[in-house]
Amino acid sequence: MILILKGARIIDPSQNIDEVGDILIQDGIIVDLGSNLSKSSQTEKQSTQFVDISGCVVTPGLIDMHTHLREPGFEYKETIVSGCAAAAAGGFTSIACMPNTHPVNDNRSVTEFIIRKASSCSLVQVYPIAAISSGSEGKNLTDFWDLKEAGAVGFSDDGKPLMDSALMRRALEYADSLNLPVISHCEDLRLSSGGLMNENSISTELGLRGIPVVAEEVMVAREALLAEFTRTPVHIAHVSTAGSVRIIRDAKSRSIRITCETAPHYFTLTDDVLRSFNSDFKVNPPLREMNDVTALKQGLADGTIDAIASDHAPHALTDKEVEFEYAASGMVGLETSLGLSLKLVEDKILSWNDLIRKMSTDPARILRISKGTLRPGANADITVIDPEMVWTVEKHAFLSKGKNTPFHGWTLKGKAVITFVRGVITYQDKAFLDNRIKVAKRGKFYIS
Amino acid sequence: MEKIKKVVMDADGIDRSLTRIAYEILEKNKGIGDLILVGIRTGGVFLARRLQQKISAIEKNELPLGILDITLYRDDLSISGHKPRLGKTEIPCTLDDKKVILVDDVLFTGRTIRAAMDALIDFGRPKSIQLAVLIDRGHRELPIRADFVGKNLPSSLWEAVSVLLTEKDGCDEVIIKEEH
Amino acid sequence: MGLSRKDILGIQELSVEEISLILDTAESFIEVSTREIKKVPTLRGKTIINLFYEPSTRTRTSFEIAGKRLSADTINISSSTSSMVKGETLIDTARNLEAMNPDIVVIRHPAVGAPHLLARMIRPSIINAGDGAHEHPTQALLDMMTIRTKKGKIDGLHVAIIGDIAHSRVARSNIHGLMKMGASVTVAGPATMLPRDIEKMGVRAHTHLEDAIQEADIIMMLRVQTERQNQNLFPSLREYAAHYCLDRRHISLAKDDVLVMHPGPVNRGIDISPEVADGPYSVILDQVTNGVAVRMALLYLLIGGKE
Repeated sequence: MILILKGARIIDPSQNIDEVGDILIQDGIIVDLGSNLSKSSQTEKQSTQFVDISGCVVTPGLIDMHTHLREPGFEYKETIVSGCAAAAAGGFTSIACMPNTHPVNDNRSVTEFIIRKASSCSLVQVYPIAAISSGSEGKNLTDFWDLKEAGAVGFSDDGKPLMDSALMRRALEYADSLNLPVISHCEDLRLSSGGLMNENSISTELGLRGIPVVAEEVMVAREALLAEFTRTPVHIAHVSTAGSVRIIRDAKSRSIRITCETAPHYFTLTDDVLRSFNSDFKVNPPLREMNDVTALKQGLADGTIDAIASDHAPHALTDKEVEFEYAASGMVGLETSLGLSLKLVEDKILSWNDLIRKMSTDPARILRISKGTLRPGANADITVIDPEMVWTVEKHAFLSKGKNTPFHGWTLKGKAVITFVRGVITYQDKAFLDNRIKVAKRGKFYIS
Repeated sequence: MEKIKKVVMDADGIDRSLTRIAYEILEKNKGIGDLILVGIRTGGVFLARRLQQKISAIEKNELPLGILDITLYRDDLSISGHKPRLGKTEIPCTLDDKKVILVDDVLFTGRTIRAAMDALIDFGRPKSIQLAVLIDRGHRELPIRADFVGKNLPSSLWEAVSVLLTEKDGCDEVIIKEEH
Repeated sequence: MGLSRKDILGIQELSVEEISLILDTAESFIEVSTREIKKVPTLRGKTIINLFYEPSTRTRTSFEIAGKRLSADTINISSSTSSMVKGETLIDTARNLEAMNPDIVVIRHPAVGAPHLLARMIRPSIINAGDGAHEHPTQALLDMMTIRTKKGKIDGLHVAIIGDIAHSRVARSNIHGLMKMGASVTVAGPATMLPRDIEKMGVRAHTHLEDAIQEADIIMMLRVQTERQNQNLFPSLREYAAHYCLDRRHISLAKDDVLVMHPGPVNRGIDISPEVADGPYSVILDQVTNGVAVRMALLYLLIGGKE
């Protein structure tokens, strides 16, 4: 059976393509890209489905390399299935999930469980990131090799930093020998201790203990220097400060193999919103101030920041609807990440090519997975985006169990309207559907 | 909404009434012993001071004077959206065994006097409370009556009776305004 | 007249007119507390709940007396009471109380923003009796009343606030209030206890006591919480007391008619020397008296204006 996606603007940084054309998919594999593929010889021999997506942008399936699926252990916040449904709705075909579950993903059984659960719903390809240290306690390394064989694609103690520099050095060396990345959550716990928001004149005014920018920056500097010394790569998670961008830019200029990501809330919001004491704004690292936002946008534009990753952190209402101090940190992000990031294109901070590079091509490169491309022979993991669709963020309509978003009610422009994994539709936007598709073949699991 | 103004008492009229009231107080109480004047804010305070001066001129002796703000004793605080500005209460001595002459400018529903009496009881146990008013305009809603009245002024409910005093309004006049 | 707002959560939101109204009203309530019968029927039948998640004797007692002198029914719930210990959330506690129809809830809580959360969630008026290090509006109001009564004005005065500024809600509320009313404010304390960018609130900051109290009209000393010593905010109480405790020799640097204030309770010998605390410049006890009057004024102004 052949599926042809017709008439969209195809953007694939991995092949340097940006042109209007068709994509021909057969048995879940991309066979060809080009114009007028409907007339190709194959279509005469086999039954062919056409999907008219003219006016849309079509890209390699988007990859979110930093999410929290909460299962096992915190199913009341999110499950692997609900998290995957949210990812598909956000236009993602692959996601990496962090190990701060309960039990922590520091052993092969948990890794295998996650992969098995994700496969059972076939919505998104899930790549587990395993813990660097047992229980993420920062004392002993986990069995990296065993975890790699179980299917882990990288290591991180995310949620916590690895404070012991000697242990991080060993982790970098050992992971590199297995050709797997180490992702660092950069936070000096003593400097950030007890902090609830960015430390500056606003935290002073509100009487809330602050988390100074240096709590992140001293650890970013440490990782850059360790990476340089051990001659290994390192990836910095959720960069939030101007100083971090500066350190990473400097490190890259000295050919240190450091990569990094930032999340949409860090380049969209500033810390003055915390005057409302609304815990939906509480996140770690915290929201920073305007000059940090500007530096992050600059870092995205000049390539210092390689990837955009949502740090999707679902929490239940009982975790959030309490006094600010006691509220859990984190925001959901899978279903708003693309919409918020498209603003960077609209504001001419990034080109379309740059954006897709940061949301697909480079996450694949950093995680060393063979995704993020529309090259013939690749799995048909494809995202169709309607760049003109104006929509309102409605948290109660989220497919994620978590409704903790500060963007509820925001009007965004641009949305993923169809998501394909291996040629099978995992998500279709209802409003788009009603207008457009004449024939849509459903996959095993149809999301309505 | 035109308000029609009618002057029912001029400065001389007010002065003569106050002089008469001063004599009546002294006559009824057989002198100034145990008497204390208490003026109800705000109009009653100025009238009480004038009475105090007149009595001083007659008896060559000064009566003690107290000032009472009844805002905290009103029965309509929860109802009115508009909160009157709270003024100070100054009662110079205990009211035990004193004969209190309450002084107010206009006696109308009687609720102000009821509140004033509740306030006075908190300052002691007066031997008696007597009421002196410049104008009694009728329409009582409680069983209250004045002992000393300057002028009886039958009025309709849609009329507003105001006592203007030099100390606060720049002239001495009692006027009726009709609100249609 | 009357405050056209439902809650008193902080000084930052109050206008100059509102602060003046509260202070004027409070002055009229001073007299009630001097009577033989210290009661007026104004809030008869109203219910006021004092919800104190942090221990407090003076503030809670002050609110209780204020409510009772207005003839309201006041109920105290403190953190040692069972349901808080059992782990009932703030919101559930509040909703349960709301179901019993109180008119005003006074709350003191260690978490910044807790009164604001409550004000969003339940109908009764909320008065913030202190939320973490954020605001303590009734303390600032009684401090301003004390200053206004003693000095006749607040505008143009120079106020020095000394101590652990970073963790002080009294400092923050007073900075907002005093500056709105036209005073100039200087803060001083060990560098580790001055919060970042405090100058952006409009005050000058010093690390030496002597610099701050030069020509001061008012010296407001804060309470140092001895637990802070464990957080390495200062090396020892001895060192703190040696350089930040207000004593006689400092007074001579300020104006001749300086007022010495303290929110209480005083750590004698650490915040203020005993002779200054009990001396002629101290108005600490006036602050306590004014506290009852200010709280009576707030309870009076909040009830009945919002029907």
